[in-house]
Amino acid sequence: MAPNDVSILVVDDERAVRDSLYGWFTEDGYEVDTAVDAQEALTKLRQRSFDLALLDIKLPGMDGMELQQRIREVDPELPVIMITAYASIETAVKALKSGAFDYVTKPFDPDNLSRLVRNAIRQKQLARENVRLREKISDLTAGDQLIGESEAMQKVRELIKTVAATDSTVVIHGESGTGKELVARAIHHHSDRRFFPIVDVNCGALAESILESELFGHEKGAFTGAHQTRKGKLEIADGGTLFLDEIASISMKTQVELLRVLETKQFTRVGGNKIITSDFRVICATNKNLEAAVAEGTFREDLYYRINVFSIYLPPLRERRSDIPLLANHFLKTYALAMNKPIREISPEALDILVRYEWPGNVRELENAIERAMVVGTPPAIRPEDLPMSLERSVSSDHDALAEVEKRHIAHVLDKYGWNISHAAHALKIDRVTLYNKIKRYGLQRP
Amino acid sequence: MSAQLEIFTLNFSQHELLIALREWLALEFNLHSLESLFSFSLNNAYDPARHQYNATRIWEQVLKARPDSHHKLLVLTEYDLFIPVLTFVFGEAQLGGRAGIVSICRLLESFYGLPPNPDILFQRLRKEVVHELGHLYGLRHCYMPFCVMGPSTNVERVDAKEWKFCPECLETFARARNDLALRLGFPSVK
Ligand SMILES: Nc1ncnc2c1ncn2[C@@H]1O[C@H](COP(=O)(O)OP(=O)(O)OP(=O)(O)O)[C@@H](O)[C@H]1O
Ligand SMILES: [Mg+2]
Ligand SMILES: [Zn+2]
Ligand SMILES: [Zn+2]
Repeated sequence: MAPNDVSILVVDDERAVRDSLYGWFTEDGYEVDTAVDAQEALTKLRQRSFDLALLDIKLPGMDGMELQQRIREVDPELPVIMITAYASIETAVKALKSGAFDYVTKPFDPDNLSRLVRNAIRQKQLARENVRLREKISDLTAGDQLIGESEAMQKVRELIKTVAATDSTVVIHGESGTGKELVARAIHHHSDRRFFPIVDVNCGALAESILESELFGHEKGAFTGAHQTRKGKLEIADGGTLFLDEIASISMKTQVELLRVLETKQFTRVGGNKIITSDFRVICATNKNLEAAVAEGTFREDLYYRINVFSIYLPPLRERRSDIPLLANHFLKTYALAMNKPIREISPEALDILVRYEWPGNVRELENAIERAMVVGTPPAIRPEDLPMSLERSVSSDHDALAEVEKRHIAHVLDKYGWNISHAAHALKIDRVTLYNKIKRYGLQRP
Repeated sequence: MSAQLEIFTLNFSQHELLIALREWLALEFNLHSLESLFSFSLNNAYDPARHQYNATRIWEQVLKARPDSHHKLLVLTEYDLFIPVLTFVFGEAQLGGRAGIVSICRLLESFYGLPPNPDILFQRLRKEVVHELGHLYGLRHCYMPFCVMGPSTNVERVDAKEWKFCPECLETFARARNDLALRLGFPSVK
C-alpha cells in the first residue's frame, strides 16, 4: 500500500512533536499538515478533508478530547488517534470510548506508529468498501451470486448448502479478497435465519474497548459519551447471523468474553448488569492461519475449538484460474450496466493476461482491474493496454509444482515466526541469505 | 571524479568499516566521498533522560558548518539516535536537502544480545546509508518489496530489504544525481 494520496493532520502545541511527525510522515510519503491548537485544526478541517488526524490530548484552550467531539461534527468518519504524554489508562480509555481509533504514548515505537497509522487508514477505506459492497448486494435479487465453476468453487458451494441447513459455527479462511464475506452471506441467505439480519463486525478495524461496546452494547452513562443506551451487535443479530470478520485480530481479553458468550448466548451490556439473551449463529472469517496463532499463543485454543466446528477454505484465485474468465465477464456485465458503457467483451489478448496473472489480491483485485479497465477503455472491448498489470508480472500457468510447494512452505514458516528472518531461516534449516533470495524469487511479502 | 559526499564521523571508531563503505559507494554508485571529523558543538543533542541523541540537532550542525557546500553531508555515529516523537531512529535526513545522519548503534548484532558480526553490520550500514542518501536526493519511502527506500522501523525490516533501489526509485535517484553532476560539471550554469 503506497500512502501516496493519504493526508494526515497533526495537532500538537509542541513544535518538536509537530516537526518530527511532519518529517517522519513526509518521508513515508504521506501528505501532512499541522495545527498548533483546536482552533487552527478546525479551520483546516473545514477547508479540506483529511484521512487521519493525530491529536494531542493536552492542548491549550480546547483540549484534544473536546476537539475530537467537534471533529465528529465536521467529519464523522475521520479516524482520530490520540497522543498522550503519559500512559494514563484513564484518559486513554476515555479517548477510545469517545470514539478515537486508538491512542499512542510519546515517544512512539516507530514500528507501532506506522502499523497504527496504516490500520487507521485501512479502517476508513474498509468503511467505504463495505458501503459499496452493501449497495452492490442490495442491488442483486435473490439467487446465487458466487461465480465460479472450478472444482474448488463447486466444492465451496456444496459446503455452503450443507452447512446452511445446520446451526453450526463456521470458520471461513482464505487469502484477502477470495470472497470470504460473500460466502458468509451466502450461508446466511440459504439458512432458515435469512429473514433475520446478518450483522457483521470487523474485528480487525476496531480498538479493543470499542469492539467490546460494539459487540455487547452499552448502558446510558456507562462512560463519557454514552448518552444513550445502545444495543450491541450480538443483540441486533438475534434470530440471525453474526459475522465476525478478521477473527484472528481479537485481543486475548475479548476472546475470553466472546468464548463465554458463545457458550451461554448470554451477556451484559457494558456498564449494565441485566442479563441479555440472544440467539444467533456465528460465522467467522480470517486470512490468518488460526492453528499457527494458537501455537503462538495469540489465539485461545478453547475458542479455536469452539468456533472451528465446520471450516470452509477458499483457495487463492491463482489456484483456480479457470474461474477467471467467468468472474471477469461477470464484473464486465455488472460495471457496463452501472456505468452505462457499451463495452461488451474482453479481447482474447486481454483475457490471456488476466488468466496468467498471479492475482495477489485475488477476486477483489480482479474486480478492481475490470472496473478500472471499464473506465479507461473504449467500446466495444477491453484490451491489454486497459489493464493495470503488465505482461511481465504475469507468469505462465504451468509453473513448477515443486516451487509452488516450497513457496507456500516458506510463506507459512515466515508467517509463523512473524517474519523474523533469523528464526525462520533457522526453522527452515537454511541461512539468512538463502532465505532472502527465496523470499525475493517467490515475491513473498510481509503482511 | 570530484567528491559528492562529505562523511562526518562522530564518536565512530570503526575505521575499517568506514573505508569499506566509502569504497563500496564509489564502486556501486559512482559516489565519491570525503571524510571529516565532526568537530562542532553538539547543540544540546544529548538527552540525559533518554540516554540518546537528538538526530535532527546533530545534522543541523553540519548544515550550519558548511553553508555553501555542494556536497551531501552525512554524519556517521555510534550514538543511539532519536527524534522527539519516536523511541529511536536508525537515521534521519532532510528530504531533498543536504544533511543527514546514520547511527550504527542499533545495527550492531550486539545491541540485540547476539555475537558481533562485521559482515551483517556492513550489510545493514550500507542499506541505511543508501536509504538516507535516497532521502537527500528527494526520495520518499517506497513499498516495493526489497527496495532500499522501504521504511526501516526495525532491524528485521532492514535485513529484509536490499541495498538496491527498485527500478522506479533508481530512476528518480539517478535523475536527481545527474542534475547535481551537471551543476558541478558546468559551474557557469550556476
Ligand atoms: N466467487 C465470487 N463471485 C463473485 N464475486 C466475488 C467472488 N469472490 C469474491 N467476489 C467479490 O470480490 C470482492 C472481495 O470479496 P470479499 O470481500 O468477500 O473477500 P474477503 O475474502 O472477505 O476479503 P478480505 O479478507 O480482504 O476481507 C467482493 O466485491 C466480492 O463481491
Ligand atoms: Mg472480508
Ligand atoms: Zn526513511
Ligand atoms: Zn522503491
